Amino acid sequence: MHELAITQQILGIALKHGQSVKAKKITDLYLVIGQLSSVVDDSVQFYWDMISEGTICQGAKLHFDRIPASLECRHCGEIYTLEDGTLTPCPRCDSINVNVITGKEFRLESLEVEE
Amino acid sequence: MPKRIPVVEKILSANDRIAQENRARLDEAGVFSINLMASPGAGKTSLIEHTVQRLARQFRLAAIDGDIATSIDADRAAAAGATAIQINTGGQCHLDAVMLRDALKQLDLIEFDLLLVENVGNLVCPADFELGTHKNVLIASIPEGDDKPYKYPGMYKDVDALIVNKIDLLPYIAFDMDYFRRGVELLNPGLVTFPISCRTTEGLDEWLDWIKTNARP
Ligand SMILES: Nc1nc2c(ncn2[C@@H]2O[C@H](COP(=O)(O)OP(=O)(O)O)[C@@H](O)[C@H]2O)c(=O)[nH]1
Ligand SMILES: [Mg+2]
Ligand SMILES: [Zn+2]
Repeated sequence: MHELAITQQILGIALKHGQSVKAKKITDLYLVIGQLSSVVDDSVQFYWDMISEGTICQGAKLHFDRIPASLECRHCGEIYTLEDGTLTPCPRCDSINVNVITGKEFRLESLEVEE
Repeated sequence: MPKRIPVVEKILSANDRIAQENRARLDEAGVFSINLMASPGAGKTSLIEHTVQRLARQFRLAAIDGDIATSIDADRAAAAGATAIQINTGGQCHLDAVMLRDALKQLDLIEFDLLLVENVGNLVCPADFELGTHKNVLIASIPEGDDKPYKYPGMYKDVDALIVNKIDLLPYIAFDMDYFRRGVELLNPGLVTFPISCRTTEGLDEWLDWIKTNARP
């Protein structure tokens, strides 16, 4: 897995934005991560605690907003979510002509800082 | 006073930016490029060997092989007739845009028409890292089983073409092609699919034709 590389990216983005508002400290990070993204929260948190040490992010809390995978049926228009990430056809008409609309998100949404 | 500030930045935006630079360099030199992704042993290197052998007369070919260690795959691509560069990721589970950029620096791009990139064998991580290639291609293989689209949706969802390799093994392995295709269709409707065998060379012509129509020698 590549959680270390990802965590380094998150730190880089947080520091850049924190410094641009001259933050003394970054206390919270709000991440938006789709269910179809292959990221393990615990593992990111583990690396985070290691690499944020000595920066204004030290001790900051990571909040993961997991977006469920949702699909739209091209046949009947039904929109449905995947409970456990397992793919299923349209629950209304059983069509497999569907379009993934959410679940691939992978971004840092906002920060909480002390100025 | 604590204060909330908006960021809204893609976590892999740095990688995506460099991927765009890679694409620009390839476009400028007129190199058509394909990123081949698959689990270990699916047949990435075998497909590169066949593709190089069959297209060497029409295209000037380069191969970049990503692996955790060793240069075995680049040696195979070179033996088949490509100019080959090995990237050793030193343990990393995928290639990223920076690694490709560094490998591209070792090639005089203007001397090539077609670049085949062999990603690290892995069905999860490479999907998250755009390299900047023109096409992302996934190789599935029959012995892996027919449930892989359901288990690795992230990989199947965004690829531009799918190769189903080792069809010569279909008589020996319980592989429900309908079930497999249904999963693929769910994730990536209408995905262009090439059932092939690198052992018997069945189906290779269709794959090579697809390359020829997409690349311009
Ligand atoms: N039966 C059969 N074996 C194949 C086929 N393609 C590749 N192989 C074998 O599968 C193994 C792994 O192939 P390789 O190209 O090294 O896979 P890679 O790890 O994805 O690069 C080798 O032993 C190949 O000879 C095929 O179409 N049919
Ligand atoms: Mg290989
Ligand atoms: Zn429907």
